[in-house]
Amino acid sequence: MNTTTVLLLTFILSVTGLFVFVWSLRKHLFDDNPAAARVIFSEGEIGRVEEPAATAAQHQALQSAMSVLQGKEAGSTDRAGEARLQAELAQRIVADRSTAYVTFVFLACAVGWLIFASSAGLISSIKLHEPEFLADYAWLTFGRIRTLHLNAVAYGWAPMAAFGIAIWTLPRLLKTELIGGRFAILGAMLWNAALIAGLGSIAAGLNDGLEWLEIPWQIDILFVIGGALIGLPLVFTLQNRRVEHLYVSIWYMGAALFWFPILFLIGNIPGLHFGVEQATMNWWFGHNVLGLFYTPIALASVYYFLPKIIGRPIQSYNLSLLGFWALAFFYGQVGGHHLVGGPVPGWLITLSIVQSIMMIVPVLAFSVNQHLTMRHHFKTLIYSPTLRFIVLGGMMYTLSSVQGSFEALRSINTVTHFTHFTVAHAHLGLYGFFSLVMFGAIYFVMPRVMSWEWPYPRLIALHFWLVVCGFAVYFIGLSIGGWLQGIAMLDASVPFMDSVRVTIPYLEARSIGGGLMTLGHIVFAFHFMSMALRYGRKRVGPALFHKPVERLVPEGGAAVVKA
Amino acid sequence: MENEYKLLGGAMVTLALATATLVVVPYVQLSSVQPADGLKPYTSAQLRGRDQYIKNGCVYCHTQQPRAQAQAPDFKRGWGRAPVAADYFYDKPHLLGTMRTGPDLLNIGARQPSIDWQLGHLYQPRAYTPGSIMPSYRFLFDVKDKADAGEKVVNLPPSYAPVGQVVVARPEALDLVEYLLALDRTYPVKAPAARAE
Repeated sequence: MNTTTVLLLTFILSVTGLFVFVWSLRKHLFDDNPAAARVIFSEGEIGRVEEPAATAAQHQALQSAMSVLQGKEAGSTDRAGEARLQAELAQRIVADRSTAYVTFVFLACAVGWLIFASSAGLISSIKLHEPEFLADYAWLTFGRIRTLHLNAVAYGWAPMAAFGIAIWTLPRLLKTELIGGRFAILGAMLWNAALIAGLGSIAAGLNDGLEWLEIPWQIDILFVIGGALIGLPLVFTLQNRRVEHLYVSIWYMGAALFWFPILFLIGNIPGLHFGVEQATMNWWFGHNVLGLFYTPIALASVYYFLPKIIGRPIQSYNLSLLGFWALAFFYGQVGGHHLVGGPVPGWLITLSIVQSIMMIVPVLAFSVNQHLTMRHHFKTLIYSPTLRFIVLGGMMYTLSSVQGSFEALRSINTVTHFTHFTVAHAHLGLYGFFSLVMFGAIYFVMPRVMSWEWPYPRLIALHFWLVVCGFAVYFIGLSIGGWLQGIAMLDASVPFMDSVRVTIPYLEARSIGGGLMTLGHIVFAFHFMSMALRYGRKRVGPALFHKPVERLVPEGGAAVVKA
Repeated sequence: MENEYKLLGGAMVTLALATATLVVVPYVQLSSVQPADGLKPYTSAQLRGRDQYIKNGCVYCHTQQPRAQAQAPDFKRGWGRAPVAADYFYDKPHLLGTMRTGPDLLNIGARQPSIDWQLGHLYQPRAYTPGSIMPSYRFLFDVKDKADAGEKVVNLPPSYAPVGQVVVARPEALDLVEYLLALDRTYPVKAPAARAE
């Protein structure tokens, strides 16, 4: 098969996909009703901000920033409407209560793994410019500690945060309570036990040898059982739903929670894969963990929390659905771009490059949507700490995906493949996008989970600025260093060692950036712990949950959100 | 959408497509690949060495896939011709790698066939390559007053050798070097260009 045929076939396949989408629209498979975007709001709730992490003053400012533009829209309801609203809010409190304990367990584990993973990452980073640092211990050698970092992020921080947020959000979206939360707790215990065993194995040198799939397959069985137990309550809850329409966040989360186990199972079957085929499977898995698990969960979070915080439905609901199907279709096939120039079938690489470029479709669908929803409301970022994380994270999604699409092109890939540029890109996606969105979501969720305010609001700002500045240094430094490395490597007259030397200052910059990020995480973990131990001011209690803002903040009056 | 089954059904179809293109079709297409003519199976010492390569994560800094001359000057650097699937027949798991913090190693055995160089370089890379950022694998060696019979003493440049003591290679280091020396795909293969199609 020659390249033209493949290109043509891919084109036809992609266009067919689009036609299927158009057809499904005509068949009203998608609810073509903008009301669908409003299902996350109760009656009269649109126009009322919700920002549990904000201080009273911030909350008031946030509300007035939104009201200036849409004052009339802001929930003025009659008496009957008010009663319905109160009933719905009571229902939401029931949903929140049912998830509180389970969500807390997951998020606490996530924070723990975040600290471990950041430390491992920082040590690895330092080792790249100080190779004698901690060189006498086998388990601390670069090849192992770097792998501990990756696995603690990929199977610790990221999924624990994702599960925690999904378990908290889904019952709210389905307007029911979480059913079978005990299974999830048991699942979390198994999962964490598996991860500890897996990291221990890697540190000791037992390892399956595939990037992203290092944990020995025997231990993976435990992950599968744990994951299934975590998934069960979500299935039960879905079956028990009290809503007609499934909001777009449910699509992303639901699909992701079904995609991941399949990826994980196929990737870890022992003895099945061989030679070069194993390499294609390896990157099918490696990229789909990002594309079909972390990304959809974070997108689901943005689609829920962003409108919630500013009290405004997303601008174009259908665009979000287009984004979903385009992501589901294109993202799954991009993995081959990790093997450009490698000894794998050429058609496969071409296919992956085409689909990588096609990824611009869902990414634009999301970015345009986020921008249009936020337009005229960017001032809210000043007042809402949660929103800052989420909106910035959403922007990083656009940046990292567009960057990724172009990195797949042969011309650019020839320079960036095999260099630190790729590492910077990977962190833009998993950190700049996913982790920032998760931070935002956790800041939103935890006050509801604990019925307690964040004790030290300034620490939220400190966390934000530390990780944002740290990450800027990390990303910009490493991207420049990686690019120079790639250019040096392509010039046969330049000795290979020069491609190493040129990166050293940038690797040092990366350690500084990584250090700031780690510091930010320590601040975050400290704050999280203080909240868990209920330091700081006391919240009046669940009675204050979701009370209409007008009543909390009388006209021009002082803040009374806090008592 | 109101129906979760349609949603999940659609989601599964897209994943099935991805799996078909990136896993199933390559599986079928590549399962008939035979070992290249010049390729020898690994010996058990080499396989033990390969395990050391995996254990210590060499793959995170070294690729084993030189690129074609049309794409990059890998051949001019002495890293070898562009490989074909048949070159990896005995590779379980594959170690193609994605990073070149260090050079490609698919033909390191041909490029640097000296056991002494390999051992010394593992013990202290900077003794051989100034400015190298490769870790020192000192934990694969023992430093003693005197080598016992049958032990392999590492010949280090004088300024890097411990004073009054000798460095001897542990079996792990010897195995690893066995594997590195086996990395030699310099035999000719038919039409490497064919893989582009």
